[in-house]
Amino acid sequence: MSDRGNSLVSEDEVDNERRRFLIATTAGVGAVGAVGAALPFVLSFQPSERAKAIGAPVEVDISKLEPGQRMIATWRGQPVWVMRRTEKALKDLETMSAFLRDPESKVVSQQPAYAQNVARATKAEYLVVIGYCTHLGCSPTYLPEGTPHNLGDEWKGGFFCPCHGSKFDLAGRVFKGVPAPTNLVVPPYHYLNDTLILVGEDGGAA
Amino acid sequence: MKKLISICLLLLPTMAFANTGGVHLDHADVDLADKPSLQRGAKIFVNYCLSCHSASFARFSGVAKDLDIPEDVMSKNMLFVSDKIGSNMDIAMKAEDAEKWLGKNPPDLSVIARSRGADWIYTFLNSYYLDPSRSTGVNNRVFDKTAMPHVLWELQGWQKLAYTEEHHGEENKKVITGLKLVSPGKMNEESYRQVTHDLTNFLTYLGEPALMVRKKVGFWVILFLLILLIPAYKLKKEYWKDVK
Amino acid sequence: MGKKIVDLLTFLLGWIDARFPLTKMWNEHLGQYYAPKNFNFWYFFGSLALVVLINQFVTGIWLTMSYKPDGELAFASVEYIMRDVPWGWLIRYMHAVGASAFFVVIYLHMFRGLMYGSYKHPRELLWITGMFIYLCLMAEAFLGYLLPWGQMSYWGAKVIISLFGAIPYIGETLVLWIAGDYVISDVTLNRFFSFHVIAVPIALLGLVCVHVLALHEVGSNNPDGVEIKKNKDKNGIPLDGIPFHPYYSVKDLVGVVVFLIFFASIIFFAPAMNGYFLEHNNFVPANPMVTPEHIAPVWYFTPFYAILRAVPDKLLGVVAMGAAVMVLFLLPWLDRNPVKSIRYRGTLYKWILGIFVVSFVALGWLGMQQPTEVLTLMARIFSILYFAFFLLMPFYSKWDKTKPVPDRVTYK
Repeated sequence: MSDRGNSLVSEDEVDNERRRFLIATTAGVGAVGAVGAALPFVLSFQPSERAKAIGAPVEVDISKLEPGQRMIATWRGQPVWVMRRTEKALKDLETMSAFLRDPESKVVSQQPAYAQNVARATKAEYLVVIGYCTHLGCSPTYLPEGTPHNLGDEWKGGFFCPCHGSKFDLAGRVFKGVPAPTNLVVPPYHYLNDTLILVGEDGGAA
Repeated sequence: MKKLISICLLLLPTMAFANTGGVHLDHADVDLADKPSLQRGAKIFVNYCLSCHSASFARFSGVAKDLDIPEDVMSKNMLFVSDKIGSNMDIAMKAEDAEKWLGKNPPDLSVIARSRGADWIYTFLNSYYLDPSRSTGVNNRVFDKTAMPHVLWELQGWQKLAYTEEHHGEENKKVITGLKLVSPGKMNEESYRQVTHDLTNFLTYLGEPALMVRKKVGFWVILFLLILLIPAYKLKKEYWKDVK
Repeated sequence: MGKKIVDLLTFLLGWIDARFPLTKMWNEHLGQYYAPKNFNFWYFFGSLALVVLINQFVTGIWLTMSYKPDGELAFASVEYIMRDVPWGWLIRYMHAVGASAFFVVIYLHMFRGLMYGSYKHPRELLWITGMFIYLCLMAEAFLGYLLPWGQMSYWGAKVIISLFGAIPYIGETLVLWIAGDYVISDVTLNRFFSFHVIAVPIALLGLVCVHVLALHEVGSNNPDGVEIKKNKDKNGIPLDGIPFHPYYSVKDLVGVVVFLIFFASIIFFAPAMNGYFLEHNNFVPANPMVTPEHIAPVWYFTPFYAILRAVPDKLLGVVAMGAAVMVLFLLPWLDRNPVKSIRYRGTLYKWILGIFVVSFVALGWLGMQQPTEVLTLMARIFSILYFAFFLLMPFYSKWDKTKPVPDRVTYK
């Protein structure tokens, strides 16, 4: 009779060290297996081939865009704004620095390298940005210069987010003192010809 | 136990594909590791099949990736004007129109290899013969009265049924023995067999693209489980030393 | 440092135990649940059933994320899972093969019960809850099989639903009510989906808990059919019992790994099992106008399907098929022999049980074949043998000469 019931040998006869080693080994290998088994389930949450096909690059025809006008294309289901800026607007961009959080577009995640300039564009005249506020994802409203506003003297037209009041200039650069932390995102794009932009692809420029 | 397993194995083939019209099926000898064959098969599929049959569940991009076809080559040679590389392999013809023009809506071929089996497809493609009683002018040995014309006739040429005469007492009976080529096409018999083999190979892939990785993943999973079995078994042995 | 962590955990456990019976439950069901030490191979299938259940739940939840219960979209959405969803093919195969694996495991688990008399006093209720689980499982498999919306899904569901039409007076109305349309349609698909993913799984989960609780209340049977609770030591611990954890947890772990090796072999190398697990014709989209030439249910239903076809009358066929399942509920009361395990029962019972197994397997095979005259005759003979096993049990179980049952279990 042992202290552990009739069917088991006494505790003294147990090789605890070997037991601990085997538990650790089995648990370790088992944990690898558990991670491996979880992997397909985690990966299956990624965009499917259908989502990727729908999110393929889109062509935007800008031939009918007048100066000061903005059009909205759709890429990956998101609004992509293509705006043709007036010469005055382009000049105004140079003067905004003092009011902006990141006037030189130093946060690299917000635009491809070829759009890291004052106009945040490959051709200064045309702005291409994703129309979602970098705060919590609402879509800001386009307020051209001359629209009545109460956004202060420095306002020279731009985008105003109705959700939480973030302000962006006509290059999608965020103002100081608003909730949005960064400039609007410039998607990868390139010109197929003078009047056709392909949004969603660098064309090897990056 | 062993007996039981062997009996079960004996019974298994009974579930095989039905409907062969009583014709013995040729072995398609599918080999999905043979990428050149799959690529040739894809090309034949797009050129000869994809005008009437869709493969709506497949995407050009997926085929390009799985068969190692560069996307630009795929776009240039296999896509229709309106298609993008990510498009499904659809056709422009509407089901109602197809029914009107062809008498029957050609089935989608995405999973045809899974419902019919590779051997059936391979044999089907090789079993057209001239039959003036049909509106298409042809019939098929494994699919009697098929509505599908012999699309690959240019390559194969035309076949006719071959008979032998058998004497049963007074009666003479004509017995079909097979098919014989009566007017050759652009290809000799061997090349045409190769074409239909490639096409069957491709359709098998198309039926289950996961086949390209499934067995490889399976190998590693089972190897891992065998490794896990070692410490698990030793652990069990160690604990069960206690039991007397 | 180490000691502090241990102290913290002890405190945390104490805190929980004061509010929830965590340690108590652990001890009752694992740490101090005393199971007979002489379990053999056949005792793996209980824990394996649990593993398969978990597999079905997890893969099922994931499939539901991409599947569309819509007559127009269902077939395509399954192919979408197979092709477009990353690793979707694996999740789908795990679920489809899991369904068949469930029945393999459950049939072996039930056969174990037959061999060792696990349904007898005091485990009648345990057997009955198990039977309810089996019924749920059959419902779940049948409902789920409609979802891919292929030809076999469609016509299988149609045939089974039509069975209800055999009921006198209300049959036709009942069929219409179940389908919710004049044919099996999108409406039917939607309600089947709802039952498959919500209602039946909840019932299944509840029943599994009841089954385990009932087991742990009466205690496990064993290959000797000896009640280990009859011989206890001074602490009230059965002399032939060992704690489930760690002894059977480490043993079952080995069983699970071996099972997974078989399971993975099928998933990765023969997921359709040459038409047994995924039927060829189910890769043709459902078409209410054309019946496939040869329709048969998936293998786990074919024994009962063979019984249905063996009876040359619609109503009686349905009754026979239903009775073939339901008669299992009566098993605890049909068996009049006090000896549980086949080890100590007479030659007669061994033969009869053998004939029963052969009949069941033969009926399963016959259910897959196109009926011919000879095969129908065979199906009739085996159906009679199937029922004879149960209906004659009150007699032959009494006549059988048994061997003396030992007082304690045999081990080593």
